[in-house]
Amino acid sequence: MSAFWITLIVLILAAVGFVVGRGRAMQSADGNIRNLHSLPVYYGSNVAMMAAVPALLLLALWLFAQPLTLNRMIAPMITSVEAGDSGTLGLVLSDVRRVADGLDLAVSEGVLTEESARDIRTEFTDVRERLSQVGVALGSDVSRETLSAAQRYRALSKAGSFLMLVAVIGLALIGAAFALSRTNRDFRARNVVESGIKIVLIAASCIAILTTVGIVLSLIFNTIKFFGLYPASEFFFGLTWAPSFGGGSELGILPLLWGTFYISLIALAVAVPIGLFAAIYLSEYATPKVRAIAKPLLEVLAGIPTIVYGLFALLTVGPLLVNVFGEGGVLGVTWMGGGTAVMTAGLVMGIMLIPFVSSLSDDIINAVPQSMRDGSLGLGATRSETVRQVVLPAALPGIVGAILLAASRAIGETMIVVLGAGAAARLSLNPFEAMTTVTAKIVSQLTGDADFSSPEALVAFSLGMTLFVITLGLNIFALWIVRKYREQYE
Amino acid sequence: MTDASADRSADGHSRAKTSLLQLDVRTKKRNAAEARFKAYGVVAIAIGLFFLIALLTAIVSNGTRAFTQTFVTMDVTLDAQKLDPDGTGDPEVISKTTTFGYGGIIDAALEQTLAARGITTEIAVGDLDQMLSSGAAAEIRRAVLDDTSLVGQTVTFEVLASSRVDGYLKGRVTRESLARDRNLSPEHLDVVDALQEAGLVERRFNWAFITGSDASESRPEQAGIGVSMIGSFFMMLVVLVLSLPIGVATSIYLEEFAPQNRITDFIEVNISNLAAVPSIVFGILGLAIFIQVAHLPQSAPLVGGLVLTLMTLPTIIISTRASLKSVPPSIRDAALGVGASKMQSIFHHVLPLAMPGILTGTILGLAQALGETAPLLLIGMVGFIASNYPDGIAEGFLSPNSAMPAQIYEWAKRADPAYYERAWGGIIILLLFLMTMNIIAILLRRRFERRW
Repeated sequence: MSAFWITLIVLILAAVGFVVGRGRAMQSADGNIRNLHSLPVYYGSNVAMMAAVPALLLLALWLFAQPLTLNRMIAPMITSVEAGDSGTLGLVLSDVRRVADGLDLAVSEGVLTEESARDIRTEFTDVRERLSQVGVALGSDVSRETLSAAQRYRALSKAGSFLMLVAVIGLALIGAAFALSRTNRDFRARNVVESGIKIVLIAASCIAILTTVGIVLSLIFNTIKFFGLYPASEFFFGLTWAPSFGGGSELGILPLLWGTFYISLIALAVAVPIGLFAAIYLSEYATPKVRAIAKPLLEVLAGIPTIVYGLFALLTVGPLLVNVFGEGGVLGVTWMGGGTAVMTAGLVMGIMLIPFVSSLSDDIINAVPQSMRDGSLGLGATRSETVRQVVLPAALPGIVGAILLAASRAIGETMIVVLGAGAAARLSLNPFEAMTTVTAKIVSQLTGDADFSSPEALVAFSLGMTLFVITLGLNIFALWIVRKYREQYE
Repeated sequence: MTDASADRSADGHSRAKTSLLQLDVRTKKRNAAEARFKAYGVVAIAIGLFFLIALLTAIVSNGTRAFTQTFVTMDVTLDAQKLDPDGTGDPEVISKTTTFGYGGIIDAALEQTLAARGITTEIAVGDLDQMLSSGAAAEIRRAVLDDTSLVGQTVTFEVLASSRVDGYLKGRVTRESLARDRNLSPEHLDVVDALQEAGLVERRFNWAFITGSDASESRPEQAGIGVSMIGSFFMMLVVLVLSLPIGVATSIYLEEFAPQNRITDFIEVNISNLAAVPSIVFGILGLAIFIQVAHLPQSAPLVGGLVLTLMTLPTIIISTRASLKSVPPSIRDAALGVGASKMQSIFHHVLPLAMPGILTGTILGLAQALGETAPLLLIGMVGFIASNYPDGIAEGFLSPNSAMPAQIYEWAKRADPAYYERAWGGIIILLLFLMTMNIIAILLRRRFERRW
C-alpha cells in the first residue's frame, strides 16, 4: 500500500475523529454550548489534530529512514565490492533497487508470479530479458549476487511497508483515542489547538534555517570530497582551467574568478553611473508626473527574466559589437573575434542592474531629511551643489551598500554569462575576448552525463561554495552598511 | 555696519558694480554646472529607457516571425500498390509501411504538382522533398493510419515546408546563404517562387508553435513550446501550493508571535540572506538534496517546483510581512477586546485584511519563479527533447519535462537560426505570461488596497 493511500486513510480517520470529538463535547455539555470551555469546533479539531499530526510525521520519518536502513541491511550481502569503496557500492545498491523495482513491476503486470519472483535464479532464467518485457531496461546482466540481494530487498521492504501501515494507522488511532478520552466540558480545547497551530507556525519559520543549512551542507560535503581528490592549493592558486573527463585536469579557479570580476566590473561601470544619475534626477528634479512614468518603466528592466537578457546578449548585442569592433567593422579594428565576449556580457548585465542601482539609491536619497536640503538651498547653493555637497555625502554609505548589493547580483548572475560570455577560461586584459565565470562553469560541469564522484563534476560544488561565500560576504557587509546608515537619521 | 558697507559700495574699489539682473562669470558657471548636472540625469534616464525599447524591439522584431510557418499544399496519390498491395484494407498491413516508405509517394506527389502547374526544374525528383519538412512523411502516414480508406485515393495535403524554405519566405535565408548549404540549393528556391505564385506555398499563423512539442535538432519547423508550458504550469502549481502557506505561516509567526530573541534574529538574518543568494546556488542545493540524497526523479517538474519554492519563499515572506504590518493595531485590539484569542484575532481579522497584499506579493514571487532558468539547468531540465505531453496529473509532476525558460535556453544553444527565431518567439510567450501576472497583481492592489 503506497504512502498516498496511508495518508488518505489517516486523513479520513482525522475527519471521523473531528465529528466524533465535537459530538462527544456537546454531549458532555448536555447539548448546551454555553457549558463548554471552548467552541465545539475546537474539540473536534483537537481530536483530528491528535490523530493526523503524529501519524503523518511518523509516516514521513519512516519513508525517509526505510531506504537507508534497507541499504545498510543489504550492503553486507554485496561481497564483490571491497569494503570502504562507497562509490562502487552505491552503484551496485542502486542496481539492486532497480532490479527489485523491476520484479515488483513484473509481478503487478502478470509477467511473473509472486512465487517465481521470490525464487527466480539467474542460473535458470534470463532475468534481464524478463524485466525488459515490462519495460525495465538494465545496463548489464544481473549477477546472482545482485538478484539475491534484490529478492532480499523486496522481502524486507515488503515487511517494512506492512510494519509502516500498522504503525502509522495504529498511532493515528491511539492519538484519536487519547484526545477523545480527554474531551469533556472543562477541557481547554482552544488552548491546546492554538498551541498546536503555533508549533506549525514555528516549524514553517524554521524552513528558512533548514534551507541555509541544506545549502551549506550540500556545498561543504561535496567540497570536502573534491579536496580529497584534488589538492586545495592548486584549486585556489592554479592559473589554468582545463577540465578533461578522461583525467589529468587542471582546475585552477583564478581564471574563472578573473572572468567573473572583469564582467562584473564592466557591468557596474555601466549600471552605477546611469542608475545613480537616474535616481538623483528622479528624486531631486523630476516632477511627480515624470517620476510616475519613468520609475515603473525603468523597473520593468528588473522584471525581465535573465534568460531574455542572455538571448539579447547572444543574438543582438554580440553581433552588434562585432560589427563595430570586429573585423571589417565600422571602426576598422580587429579587436573582437566572436560575438561572445566579456564586453557583451558586461554591457547586458549592466542594463539588467540599472533598475537595481536606481531603485535602491532612490530610496536612500529620499531618506535624507528634507531639512538638510532646505538648509543648503537657504545658504544659496544651487540644487546640483546641494546634491553633490550635502545629499550625496549623507547618502554615501547607503549608496555604497546598494552598489555592493548590485555587485553581488552581478557575481552570481548565470544566464547572461552562460549565453553571452563564451566558454574559454583565460586570464587576459582584453575585454573583447571570450572569458568565462564561476557560475557558467558550475553549469557546464554539472549538466551533461557527468559522474558525480569525479573531480571534474565535484569541482562545481567547490566553485559554488566560493560563490556562496563571496556573495554572502558582500551581502552581509552591504546590509550592515545600509542598516548602520539608516539608524543615523531616524 | 551700515556705514561701513555704504562706504565700501560708494568707494567701489573692493567690488565691481553689479546688478542682480546681470549675471557675473561665477554665477554663469554655477548655472551652467546646474544645467549640466540636470542634463546628466535626463540622459541617464533616456539611456535606461532606450535600452528598454531596444530590448523590446529586438524581442518583437525577431520573435513574431516564429508565430507563422510555411505550408506546402499538394495532391498526394496514396498508391495502393505500395501501401496495401493485396488490397486487404487491414490497418496492420498498412502500418507495415514505415515513414521511410512514404518518401517515394511524396517525391511522386511533388513531381505531379510541379508538372500540373507547368513548373520545370533541373532538380532530380529524389531531391525535391528537401523543400519539405522531414516530418512530412510521418504526417501523411499518420493521416493514412487514422483513415485507411484513403489508400488508393488522391488526397490534398498541407505539409510543413522545411525550415530553409520557411526562412526564405521570412527573409532569413537568401540564395547567397544557400550557396554552401547541403540541405537546400538555390534552384529549390526558384521552385518555391513558382509554387508561391501558384498559391501552393503559403505562410500562415502556426498554432503548433504554441501548443506543440519540441522537435529534434534537424526539424526546427516542427518545434513548439506547448509541452514545456505544461511543465512550467506544474512547477508553478508546486510553488503556489507550498510557498503560499509556508510563507504566510512564517510571516505570521515572525510578525505577530515571535519574541525578541536571538533565535528570531537568526531566522530573520537567514531570510534576508536567502533573498540575495544567487539562484544557481539553489540549483546546487536541489541537485545535492532532492536528487542525490532523496532520489527524486531528475528533470521532474516536482523537483523544479521544490527548488523554486525555496528560492521564492524569501520574496513572499518579505511582502507578506509588509502587508501584515500595514494592518493597524486597532483591529487587533478590537478583536482582543471582545474576547477573541490572539490566534483568533489574527486568523479572523488581520489575515483577511492583509490578504490582497499577500496575494499580490505571491503573484510577483510566482512571476519571478516562472522566468528563472539557472537552477533548472542543474536539475536536468535541459539537454533532452520534451516531445510528449504528460499522460496524467501524477505523470505531470514526476515525468521528465522541460520548462519555458529552459526550453528557450535549449533552443538558443542549438546553432540554427531557425531555432533562434523560435527562442525569441518563446520569449514573447513567456513575457506575455509575466505581463499578465503583473497586471493581475497591480489590479489586485488597486482594487483592494486600503489606506488606514
